[in-house]
Amino acid sequence: MDPIALFRQMARARAFEEAIAALWQAGRISGEMHLGTGEEAVAAGVVACLRPGDAVALDHRATPVLTGLGVDLASMLRELLGREDGLQRGRAGHMHLMSRAHLAVSSGIVGSSAPLGAGLALAGRALRPGSAAVAFFGDGAMNQGMLLEALNLAAAWRLPLLFVCKDNGWAINTRSQTLTAGGIAARASTFGLPAEEVDGVDPVAVTRAVAPAIERARRGKGPSFIRAEVSRLDGHLLGDFLVRVARSPAGEGRELLREVAAAAVAPGGGGLGARAGALFRLIDLMRLARQKERDTKRDPLERARRSVGEDVAARLEDEARAEVAAAVESAGGTA
Amino acid sequence: MRLEFSAAVDAAVAEAMARDPRVVILGEDVDTIRAPLLARFGAERVLATPISEGAFMGAAVGAALGGLRPIAELMLVDFVGSCLDSLLNQAAKVGAFTAGTWKAPLVVRAACGGGYGDGGQHEQALWGLLAGIPGLSVVVPSTPQDAYGLMAAALRHEGPVVFLEHKLLSASWLEFMGRGGRDTVSFDVPLGGREGEVAPGLEVPIGRAALRRPGSRLTIVSLAVGVHRALAAAESLSGEGIDCEVIDLRSLRPLDGDAVVASVGRTGRLLVVDEDYREFGLSGELAAVVLSAGLAPRYARVCLEDTIPYARHLEDAALPNVARISAAARVLAG
Repeated sequence: MDPIALFRQMARARAFEEAIAALWQAGRISGEMHLGTGEEAVAAGVVACLRPGDAVALDHRATPVLTGLGVDLASMLRELLGREDGLQRGRAGHMHLMSRAHLAVSSGIVGSSAPLGAGLALAGRALRPGSAAVAFFGDGAMNQGMLLEALNLAAAWRLPLLFVCKDNGWAINTRSQTLTAGGIAARASTFGLPAEEVDGVDPVAVTRAVAPAIERARRGKGPSFIRAEVSRLDGHLLGDFLVRVARSPAGEGRELLREVAAAAVAPGGGGLGARAGALFRLIDLMRLARQKERDTKRDPLERARRSVGEDVAARLEDEARAEVAAAVESAGGTA
Repeated sequence: MRLEFSAAVDAAVAEAMARDPRVVILGEDVDTIRAPLLARFGAERVLATPISEGAFMGAAVGAALGGLRPIAELMLVDFVGSCLDSLLNQAAKVGAFTAGTWKAPLVVRAACGGGYGDGGQHEQALWGLLAGIPGLSVVVPSTPQDAYGLMAAALRHEGPVVFLEHKLLSASWLEFMGRGGRDTVSFDVPLGGREGEVAPGLEVPIGRAALRRPGSRLTIVSLAVGVHRALAAAESLSGEGIDCEVIDLRSLRPLDGDAVVASVGRTGRLLVVDEDYREFGLSGELAAVVLSAGLAPRYARVCLEDTIPYARHLEDAALPNVARISAAARVLAG
């Protein structure tokens, strides 16, 4: 797979989400905003293995895949701006982006992409022989019952489906390893799915792992599973309170810390051990939240820049930013 | 004491936890969302869960049957879709199956409601759906005092109680879901519901409505944010000579039908303001209540008619607002 083509898609995804973040910050986009920054290599690597007729079920971080599939950027932006001429006439917003033309559907309900993906695969097998479906989700979703049920269903029916777990280590703002028993890939293996682990920061490695799994699906050999380790560069959502408190405990976090301190010494409640343990747990979480946000070593764009060369990377990123700027202009985002 | 809405709920929770070691909290991210409660009561009583609504809600029902008094935090009521069995077929049924001798004293705490542009999967009310299930109690306060008092009552209640807090009333939920630290967005927050005086120890009985504004011409029945919208409409309508009574249901199940019937019996006109779906829900139920009581009032309803659209201007029009309430009231009063 061509690393330059992969980098181009990653740069487009990043530029697009940077534009989205700016519009959100300016109050032009409402509600929550979960970016897929940090997941670009997985999105680009998977999409590179797809072709028309394939289907994707997406989670609340859908945009990197949608930009890769060729969904019109301006149309998506108009949707996020809540305009009548948006992709879904302003009815959906970022958690529910869908494109029938691309057989791409996203949902804001954690885990729901897995059974939806199974159904898309079922329809694909019946109506588009040789096609495959992909379900994208995070490590947090690995504890959702419907996802585990979908693993079994896909295996039992030998569906042409690839499960892609984007493992960023967080389940909303809880460290998922503290609440996830066993291994993520091992769970899929138990259901009889070939399960691969891949560095989700490296698009070429992702493609190498995905291509045979998609091929397997196309040939009717059944579902596969990939766990791609990624990072979450912008918190659970933009403006994440945990991140803000972790970054500025003396600023915005002061009121919360004051409440926590007062509660820790309030009469009635747990013993000293329980209270101290709870405080250490909170301090540890803050430390992790702060550390994670500063982790540029796990930024797939940084990594890919080095592998394609700084000059090529700069040119492709300029092109991507120009394309996105034109889309923002066309969508009325600059007004 | 003067408290914000969610702080009032937390105060009732903290008092119950201090008094009763059987009260525990479980749910996604509760160690951070309820950090002060974690710091005071420890990780054995404030239990962060994986994103496994089916498992932790079902476990909360089992824990309640086993003697604990769990508060299961669902984050958003929309996520009840992932664990409805636990409420519909387990928690709600035990009391009936044991002829009332064994119940699950569980409180489901969830944020609900729209008005900040988050779209159709994260802004639903769904109280009608849940209140349609015999065996559950469903409460939806509109003020900090009621939030405190209804949570206090829920934590002493014998059976399962669904406690919904509207995100426009809860500063912390609105910050998390809507504002995100921005000063570039604004929301139509009803000030009377966001913050207010709370009398410590004052429980609000489940199943009792409150009269928010006396009036003679027509009766507006609502709950949560709708109460504040109705009060604003009533205020402006009074300038037109339309004197509205406003009733805040506070509880859906059990429903205070007596309060509604008494008021509608006097005014002869019923206007229901409901942020939940219009069909097969609270607004139709209230019509049945007054008709069954032998009344034949003039009737109208201002409700959510379809999936909540994402775009702010479409959302504003879809949710019950002062203009729609006023227009409906004028027709009824005329």
